[in-house]
Amino acid sequence: MLSQASKPGPEAARLGAVRDRAVAGPAEPLLDIRGLGISFGRAASRTAVTRDISFAVEKGQCVGLVGESGCGKTVTGLALMGLLPLSGSHFDGEVLFRGENLLRLSERQWRSKRGRHIGMIFQEPMSALDPVFTIGEQISETLRAHFRINRKEARERAIDALAKVGIPDPSVRYEAYPHELSGGMRQRAMIAMAISCEPALLIADEPTTALDVTVQAQIMDVLADLNQRMGMAILFISHDLGLVSQACDRLVTMYAGEVVESGAIDDVLVEPRHPYTSGLLRSLPTFSPRKSRLPSIPGRVPKAGEFPHGCRFESRCAHARPRCRVPQPIHTLPTGAHVRCCRHEELDLPGVTQ
Amino acid sequence: MRMIRLIGWRLLQVVPVVLMATVAIFALVQMVPGDPAAVIAGEYATADNIAAIRQELGLDRPVWLQYATWLGGAFQGDLSDSLITGLPVLDEVLRRLPNTLLLAVLALLISIVVGVPLGILAATKSETALDRAATSIASLGVAVPNFWLGMIFVATLSLGLGWFPTTGAVPITQDFWGALHHAALPALTLATAGIAEITRQLRSAMIEVLSSQYARTLRAKGLSRASILWKHGLRNVSLTLLTVIGLVFNHTLGATVATEAVFAIPGAGSMIVSSAVSKDFPMVQGIVFVLVLIVITMNLIIDLLYVMLDPRAAKK
Repeated sequence: MLSQASKPGPEAARLGAVRDRAVAGPAEPLLDIRGLGISFGRAASRTAVTRDISFAVEKGQCVGLVGESGCGKTVTGLALMGLLPLSGSHFDGEVLFRGENLLRLSERQWRSKRGRHIGMIFQEPMSALDPVFTIGEQISETLRAHFRINRKEARERAIDALAKVGIPDPSVRYEAYPHELSGGMRQRAMIAMAISCEPALLIADEPTTALDVTVQAQIMDVLADLNQRMGMAILFISHDLGLVSQACDRLVTMYAGEVVESGAIDDVLVEPRHPYTSGLLRSLPTFSPRKSRLPSIPGRVPKAGEFPHGCRFESRCAHARPRCRVPQPIHTLPTGAHVRCCRHEELDLPGVTQ
Repeated sequence: MRMIRLIGWRLLQVVPVVLMATVAIFALVQMVPGDPAAVIAGEYATADNIAAIRQELGLDRPVWLQYATWLGGAFQGDLSDSLITGLPVLDEVLRRLPNTLLLAVLALLISIVVGVPLGILAATKSETALDRAATSIASLGVAVPNFWLGMIFVATLSLGLGWFPTTGAVPITQDFWGALHHAALPALTLATAGIAEITRQLRSAMIEVLSSQYARTLRAKGLSRASILWKHGLRNVSLTLLTVIGLVFNHTLGATVATEAVFAIPGAGSMIVSSAVSKDFPMVQGIVFVLVLIVITMNLIIDLLYVMLDPRAAKK
């Protein structure tokens, strides 16, 4: 488990290329999302929040899910955990986790998956932890919910988990309440809680957004360590392409509830195929040429329910043509990457300049 | 050790509060129109008679001196004597207070026993018919005046069905069950407002907890709904519950004035009314002072429990 490769080898890359043919057997990805559509509201007045989300997370892989606020990243993450309200949410497509469609699970079946096989960490560690219980108790109860162990064993394993995420004096910190810890330590405790049962997949929803930059780097190290040493697959949801490019193997770009591009991180960074991904990359200070005005994407993400009929990015896109006003299918490239842009073959979009 | 220091500190804080309360009580009684001496002297008294009575009772002295005398006595446990009977106020207060406390405590218990499950139920079934029913009952409980409800209870449950005695009280020291039997109906009357308050507050507190980000984390960990509700939910709303219990108790204590009148219970509440009518000022001062002490003590207990329940409060 420790020596598991974090980056997929050439073999994995090839398997990824034929993944859309739905290969069964050993090549099956850990998480395979196929055409996931999420809508809220009752049948008559249903609003689609996302549509046709398809991407996969291989075992031990780190996949970055990026896009501006309101693109449907968090909703997608919550759907993968079954955390959206059952009444009032409607799902299309499939979410296959080890071949099993999660969207069909009952609440009871979900309970044995959450925390045990899929863990999740959230943006604000202060409000995401129960303020009146010690962090140790909050980790122990997770373990006791999934394993037949007594309090003493749960305590030992909780302390192990705290040590694993780099919390000093874990047995002392076990007794600490969330408000007694710093923001970074709280997020570490949150991660320790999510990984205490050693899930195969960790969904990290903006885990560093609420933290200082220095602390941010430490948390990223913890996540990279889990990914590389423990072989834990991570779905890293972030608006920060800089962080994603450092940590992830693959990149999935979402815009207005759709996946607009996905591919291996190195390819997408250098040669983005969708104008939105290109725009996001160019607006990063770290990646743009110095002393120049930082480019930005004009306009804002349309709201759910107000998505245009054709390409959803068309109104903000510098490369828009009349034919962009028809619904855009997703195209599969020879590399196995995907792009939802009818002009992807003719455009030569700027990526990272260094 | 920290707890002891905290208790000491809170007790110190109580001192100025009590002092201010005594000033307020004394000032309030002074503002009541009418001269007790004139009342005692009767309808056909001469001005000289009244002046003599004033002098005898010390009412001719400056107000601040009267206050200082009264306060000095109060600290030694002497709440002075009744203007009407001449008996020590404290004895009368201690004789009547148990009846009132029994009512208030019983009403509080009923409020908690009914209100807590009702509030939690309404929160877990929020936005359903059950929730709407519970919230409607709660709103009604707040809106209905309890003296009216008391009369309805007497008319139906006592006079109609004969389940409860209509009026009066039995000292709890003489006959425990008899005392409870007599106190049941007035306590129920008093409890309606408490039930309503606890239900409403607990419902909204529980809904807030269940829709909080940490509740989402608990679900993400794979905990069952039951464990989220009864372990984390209950522990988190217990802080709100504690605050509400304190408020409800204080409010109930005040509401005994009307309820004791309806049920003709010889308690502290009805005593305030009769003493105020007969201008027996030392009596009013004494009973209000003792009630204030009870309220302050209750608040102190709530504060300390709060510190024990909330790890964040202990730090400050």
